[in-house]
Amino acid sequence: MEMILYILSWIAIITGSVFCVIGAMGLIRLPDVYCRMHAAGIIDTVGVGLIFLGLAFQAGWTLVLAKLAMILVFILFTSPTSCHALCRAAAYSGVHPMHGEQAPDGANVIDGEEDASLKT
Amino acid sequence: MVHTLALTAGLALLWLLLSGYFLTLILALGITSIVLVVWIAHRMDVVDHESHPIHMAAKGLIYFPWLMWEIVKANIDVALAIIKGKNAIAPKTMRVTASQRSDVGLVTYANSITLTPGTVTVYVDGDMFLVHALTKGSADGLETGDMDKRVTALEGYVEHGKEGVG
Repeated sequence: MEMILYILSWIAIITGSVFCVIGAMGLIRLPDVYCRMHAAGIIDTVGVGLIFLGLAFQAGWTLVLAKLAMILVFILFTSPTSCHALCRAAAYSGVHPMHGEQAPDGANVIDGEEDASLKT
Repeated sequence: MVHTLALTAGLALLWLLLSGYFLTLILALGITSIVLVVWIAHRMDVVDHESHPIHMAAKGLIYFPWLMWEIVKANIDVALAIIKGKNAIAPKTMRVTASQRSDVGLVTYANSITLTPGTVTVYVDGDMFLVHALTKGSADGLETGDMDKRVTALEGYVEHGKEGVG
């Protein structure tokens, strides 16, 4: 039984780490600040979540598990807030989202008066 | 009153889980801290249905697992897009209309959108969200309005003033 938990724990931790690496890759590969934020979102959610799951298997039903769960909940509540603040800061300082060739004409809604509304 | 009780219970639970000791001195210190924090929160006038949305707690138990599953699906989508490279992404800014009526509901919806990889809420104006989506899949998923409906069901709108504050 202990062996199974140990294996499950390491599967979760390694998968979580893989997602963190993919997130880091995304931070470098994606074209602009808004896209890169999505990559950071991977680390904040599945990366953290799977590493938490792995550590929870190691901890068992102890007080450590409760503390781990609290850390997860706090991260899940604070990370979208910081992500949104970063996004607003980028929009406020006039960084326009980049839309590739895939985007149809006029898909970029941030222009003209919309831009002004972003700066209020 | 019910929110003060919720705050006290929450703080007591937090203290016990973080300390794990049941010595008289430690418990006395805990009770002192809780009383102090509740008093300060009262003076700041922040103990209400917004800081302690306990009316959402029961429905949240259904919503949260659903959100977790959505996050896992969105993560796989975005991770694949990152691995495939520039041709797999279709960045797009779009407008989403939120049907929630309370501020807590709007915050929950906006944060749920941001928490799901592939979509980030950039700007909120009334019930209009400006959302940046990374892939076509994430944009389409949001446009179905499924999450919007679920958050509206979760918020269980209460008229301001009807609910006792503190």
